[in-house]
Amino acid sequence: MTLKKYLVLAGVTLFGATGDTLLSHGMKQVGSVSITHLQTVILAVLNPWVAAGIILLLAFFAAYMSALSWADLTYVLPATSFGYVVLALIARFALHEHVSPLRWLGIVLISSGVGFVAGGPEITPKPQETLPMPPELDEEEHEAELTGVSGGGDR
Amino acid sequence: MKHFCTWGGITIMVIASVLGDVYLSRAMKQVGDVHDLWRRSGLFHLIGRILRNPSFTFGVAAMALAFFSLLFALSWGDVSLVAPASASLTFIGNAFAAKFFLHEKVDQRRFFAALLVAAGVALLAA
Repeated sequence: MTLKKYLVLAGVTLFGATGDTLLSHGMKQVGSVSITHLQTVILAVLNPWVAAGIILLLAFFAAYMSALSWADLTYVLPATSFGYVVLALIARFALHEHVSPLRWLGIVLISSGVGFVAGGPEITPKPQETLPMPPELDEEEHEAELTGVSGGGDR
Repeated sequence: MKHFCTWGGITIMVIASVLGDVYLSRAMKQVGDVHDLWRRSGLFHLIGRILRNPSFTFGVAAMALAFFSLLFALSWGDVSLVAPASASLTFIGNAFAAKFFLHEKVDQRRFFAALLVAAGVALLAA
């Protein structure tokens, strides 16, 4: 993993968390959306908070697509879930909200999950990437080479 | 009614989000590493290549449905319920979908990580 790739993952984390926060704030201003007036959801994008949230979520989307081009989905999603921890820490230390012991436990679990997945490889190797078959060998000889048994040594 | 609309929105959001993630991941693997492509062929070629990919189109459509379902659910339920519930269920759904549809190697480490994150996100709502 290069520094650039870590920055992309950090971008996914931060843009997603702040975008969701702005979106939530805006939707509370818009109010409840009735099933019979679903067009209200479309009009909600005119709210400045929702619009700002959408812009940040577009930045999140660009970083997310970039990450998916070189890492597995099951790597990117847990690795970028650290945004929930960032949000909880902002709530506790910047907004001085009460964070219950259960929430602290949730933070510990998410951090553990991020640590778990970050310690492994970011992408599943393709079959041909594990050990490419030399073009001059046929399948039987390649199999023998993989298992360490010499099949055609007398030739 | 509030309960039904909240959980209905969450359910549609989770299904659409998992579908969107799977198709976008497939599209970006087909496109290739964007850093290399950008350096070799330029930004416009990269964007054109992504936009022409059918999996990308389907993935974006599914993500759009997930987005509006999220807005719908947020308008009915508290963000402390809607955001963690939809996120944790999406984590679990993605772990299974990635294994069976993307053929990713979801080993014990990755599945355990997805479970830890999903449980942690659920606890944040407590």
